Amino acid sequence: MTGRLSRREMLGVLGGIGTGALAAGFAPIAFPEADAAEPGPKRQWAMVIDLRKCDGCKKCTEACQAEHELPASFEWIKVFQVKDAQGNEYNMPRPCFQCENAPCLRVCPVAATFQTGEGVVLVDQDRCIGCRMCMAACPYGARYFNYNEPPGHQHPFQHPTPEHPVPQQKGTVGKCMFCVHRTEDGKLPACVDACGMGALYIGDLVEDVATNGQETVRLSQFIRENDAFRYKEELGTGPRVYYIAGHGQLWES
Amino acid sequence: MWPIGRGDRKFWIAVVVLSAMVAAGFYAYIYQLQRGLWVTGLNQKVSWGFYIINCVFFIGISYGGAMTSAILRLTNAKWRAPLTRLAEATAVAALLVGAVYPIIDLGRPDRALHLLLYPQVGSPIVWDLVAVSTYLVASFVFLYLPLIPDLAMCRDTLGPSAGRVRRTIYRVLALGWRGEPRQERSLARGIGIMAVLIIPLAVSVHSVLAWLFAVTARGGWHSTIFAPLFVLAAMLSGVAAVILVVAALRKVYGLQEFITAKHFRYLSYLLIALGVGYLYFMVSEYLTEAYVLERSTTPVLEAIFEGVYAPAFWVFTVGGLVLPLVVAALPGRFAIARACTGSALIIGGMWLKRFLIVVPGMAEPVMPWDWGRYAPTWVEVTITIGSAAAIPLLLIVFFRFFPAMSVHEMEEVEGAELRRTSMVPAFAGGGDE
Repeated sequence: MTGRLSRREMLGVLGGIGTGALAAGFAPIAFPEADAAEPGPKRQWAMVIDLRKCDGCKKCTEACQAEHELPASFEWIKVFQVKDAQGNEYNMPRPCFQCENAPCLRVCPVAATFQTGEGVVLVDQDRCIGCRMCMAACPYGARYFNYNEPPGHQHPFQHPTPEHPVPQQKGTVGKCMFCVHRTEDGKLPACVDACGMGALYIGDLVEDVATNGQETVRLSQFIRENDAFRYKEELGTGPRVYYIAGHGQLWES
Repeated sequence: MWPIGRGDRKFWIAVVVLSAMVAAGFYAYIYQLQRGLWVTGLNQKVSWGFYIINCVFFIGISYGGAMTSAILRLTNAKWRAPLTRLAEATAVAALLVGAVYPIIDLGRPDRALHLLLYPQVGSPIVWDLVAVSTYLVASFVFLYLPLIPDLAMCRDTLGPSAGRVRRTIYRVLALGWRGEPRQERSLARGIGIMAVLIIPLAVSVHSVLAWLFAVTARGGWHSTIFAPLFVLAAMLSGVAAVILVVAALRKVYGLQEFITAKHFRYLSYLLIALGVGYLYFMVSEYLTEAYVLERSTTPVLEAIFEGVYAPAFWVFTVGGLVLPLVVAALPGRFAIARACTGSALIIGGMWLKRFLIVVPGMAEPVMPWDWGRYAPTWVEVTITIGSAAAIPLLLIVFFRFFPAMSVHEMEEVEGAELRRTSMVPAFAGGGDE
């Protein structure tokens, strides 16, 4: 912890230098290049999903589809209705888990899918050849193939980028990308924003905070005190999404 | 010698029928190209289907050719002489068909070049690309080298009736072969090297095809035995294909004199050895998995043994593996008919087995409540049939221009006295005795 603190102190120093540089007219520090001197990425995105609160309304899915102009079959965040062996019923939203050791990355033959410095797995749909190897490799079924043209283009002149893949390109693979285009602007991901129950938290492992838009919690403490777990953690994929189970729920992975 | 040269009508009927089937396949592919992969039965859960199955299947078929020929050459089996050419040509034809399937399966075939521009060497698909293209080149060389003396024979024995273009082609391809001892030595060495090389190459191809599946965390696929299992499956289906091709062309070209029941009996032995080996590998795989019943494998095994895929599985195991081996192994008469029946059943069975690997592995609930479904559309079925028809089409057209048996080897190995002119292919002006 002390190392992290000192690193943050150093950021402050660097920020001061950067501001000085900008004042001197050297470089615009708002661009990522200026961050190259930083010892680590600014954020490490994570998500916490409180299953005790989820009522299965699927507002998150709808908001996601509206945000990314996806057809109804594209559930980048999919809400599973689960009945465990003890008869408990609950709802389980599944976004992309943004695995730290993502199986989908290694198998891509053209390196079209990659991990950002902030831990989000993105797809470069200009490069993707549509072989669907990543879909076979994903242990969570989080990837979706654009068999068809996405419905109704709303931005005919916008060129999609990995950070804002709207509209999706036919014949390529798409997936939940933690709405990096929104978080970059300080906004909540569309699903978190849409969840009326406050079940979805977007968080930052560096800052150690998470918020559902209604309350902000200390991330490490929140997942520790609520016995949060990660889905199929034993695969060693290092998912960045934590689940908080309800009382007596039996977990199958 | 070349009944097809005389009864030309049969040849043309075969060419027209097979071409029509291939054309239908092309039409279906263009239909898919214009609209997108949604015209197939593939979906978000089962995103690999017939195309990947066919890719594995046809490349597997091509094995038999290469491996049979290579093994028979290396062990210096004398009875191989009339078979090697047919086996090697089958290998190339099936491989050409199988190698096209990954492209058919691509969502963006227009970007296939990205595989060369931005290859990520850690991806099994890049391994496939390297292995299959190397193997394709090697198969061509393996077919071509033993063909050289026969090309020279065509060059020397053909009269002007063959036409200038065709004679020029034979002359160029024959590479100035005169049958000198020095040339014989180089050729023997070249064929020997290729026979040694083609085996590890063929093994590598099906190993990386297996790893395409085995490197994922899916229950039905993540298995250490997959690579050898795939290699054995490929050899099994390949030898079965060679038996069928040899039987068919023997009839068509009237080679009964040279290819006898003995050859089929020997090929059956090879088939049985491979089939029993495959059965053993399969039992080993399923037993260890079903004994432990890990959470990820349990649903797949249940679906295969007693669920929706059980009919396919038991038809394959009984009708496509055990029964054909018994049929081929029985002693007594009708060796040729039994070998062919067994081979046809095995080929069908091996296709089913590839289906049982790809589809349940894909449809299994990676999130434990969510089975996938898959049924092919007419597009996939038409492309499959068209591609299957392409193999005999390629073969009969090829053998129209090139000798179906290695005349050179027949003379050398079996000491057979052949009337050279009568062995010249029909289109080249032979056969009009």
